[in-house]
Amino acid sequence: MKITVVLVMMLSMQVFAISVHAAATLTGDAIARQGNGNGAPPCMSCHGDKGQGVPAVGRPYLAGQSKTYLVKQLTDFLNKRRSNSVMQPIASALTAQEINAVATYYSRLPLRAAPNKQKNGAQGTIGESLASKGKWSVGMPACFKCHGDKGQGIAPNFPAISGQSSKYLKAQLEHWQKGERSNDPVGLMQAVVEHLNDAEIAAVTKYISAQSPAKAK
Amino acid sequence: MNMKQILICTSIIMYGQAALAQKAEHAQAVTEAIKIKPYLPPTEDTIPDNEFGAMVRFGRDIFIDTQAHAGKYVGNGLNCVNCHLDAGRLANSAPLWAAWVKYPAYRGKNKMVNIMQERFQGCFKYSMNGKAPATDSKELKALTSYAFWLAQGAPTGVDLPGRGYPGLAKPEKKPDFKRGKQVFAENCVLCHGDKGEGTRQNAGYVFPPLWGKDSFNWGAGMHRINTAAAFIRANMPLGKGGSLSNQQAWDVAYYVNSHERPQDPRFKGDVAATKAAYHQHQCRYGDKSGNHLLGKKP
Repeated sequence: MKITVVLVMMLSMQVFAISVHAAATLTGDAIARQGNGNGAPPCMSCHGDKGQGVPAVGRPYLAGQSKTYLVKQLTDFLNKRRSNSVMQPIASALTAQEINAVATYYSRLPLRAAPNKQKNGAQGTIGESLASKGKWSVGMPACFKCHGDKGQGIAPNFPAISGQSSKYLKAQLEHWQKGERSNDPVGLMQAVVEHLNDAEIAAVTKYISAQSPAKAK
Repeated sequence: MNMKQILICTSIIMYGQAALAQKAEHAQAVTEAIKIKPYLPPTEDTIPDNEFGAMVRFGRDIFIDTQAHAGKYVGNGLNCVNCHLDAGRLANSAPLWAAWVKYPAYRGKNKMVNIMQERFQGCFKYSMNGKAPATDSKELKALTSYAFWLAQGAPTGVDLPGRGYPGLAKPEKKPDFKRGKQVFAENCVLCHGDKGEGTRQNAGYVFPPLWGKDSFNWGAGMHRINTAAAFIRANMPLGKGGSLSNQQAWDVAYYVNSHERPQDPRFKGDVAATKAAYHQHQCRYGDKSGNHLLGKKP
């Protein structure tokens, strides 16, 4: 009997603790630095201490991306419209409030330095042509038509891509091709990747990655 | 005439007929070859590095960023390339090269034979809601150079495949505002905004406004529902041309063109009179949209 009471008390305390935890609003900054203490590790452990990403291993920068875009991505990891075994459980561990807070935090964080130290991508290459002119012979618009004339993104729906990890960009295009990512509004990216072969994907992601991330106003 | 003569005559006639038929067939094949063979404009890297090439490049720059390079002639937020995709090169998006070979041409719009320069001037007056650059202005010379260069090698006077926007079959159901609004919300709002206001960045539009003060005026070709429907069906959403149904294209064109926009520059001081004079076609000028009379600014 005693044991049962104790158990019930412990359980209710735990429930209480969880509800307290959910009610207390963690700041975006705190989540980014320390995680939410409920299964979501600190964002910065993978995305860099300033949200600049780790280009060499394909971890994207988050700093300066629009809040709407970041909220949507976290939500889409949950509903598997963006399949990712690392991000899916992390997004699941975050409450809607926390998602909102952490997205706000990163959207306000300036992307300070170019994460890539490479020289600017060569002009007159296939990569440059695809990024700035597209391949209209098959109906493909330029990347920069929707992602900003310098790849700086067009808030709220089109993320910045210039200076982004080439490994990350390449993986995304391939995920769209394979249907592992299907969260693009109006299916715009799925329509684009239909027209790209492996060599073009390699060229265009290398070019975009080598551009300095321009600031959008 | 003996039998032999008759036979000779007959064979001559038959030969003649066969030859005629062959000739006709050949003529038809030639016409079809012209009709079917798609014209490919030259690539930009072949623009010559001389004075002419400089004018061609300037024309291309105006075409892509009209605001920056011919801003004083523009009265709204648009650029030529908004309706003529891929810098005026894309088939079925009113490409410049296909227009070039059809001018001079008679136009019902101003009831006269127009030269290409006059056609460009019309674009500035209506689609760009601005004022027409003079025929000898450097801007018009540059645009003419660009169109001429794009069309080099194309047969003159021929309706090239891809000219204008491909005409659409009549919709099954009468175009409808509510259905159009739905299509708009699902496919267009992302870039053009839920009030058709477009998207701005760095003081300019990155996605064009479709109605309101910064869009084309009531005299522009795009205010016609059939023209807008044809453009949309072939080219929108960007990169997904052909994805909307015929009906959806008509509905959304009807919706877009059921909103207020800058006045027709030929305005006679009265919407009804202007409608009677210039709007006897598929458009909503002078119609009621809700309680608002289209053409009469709020």
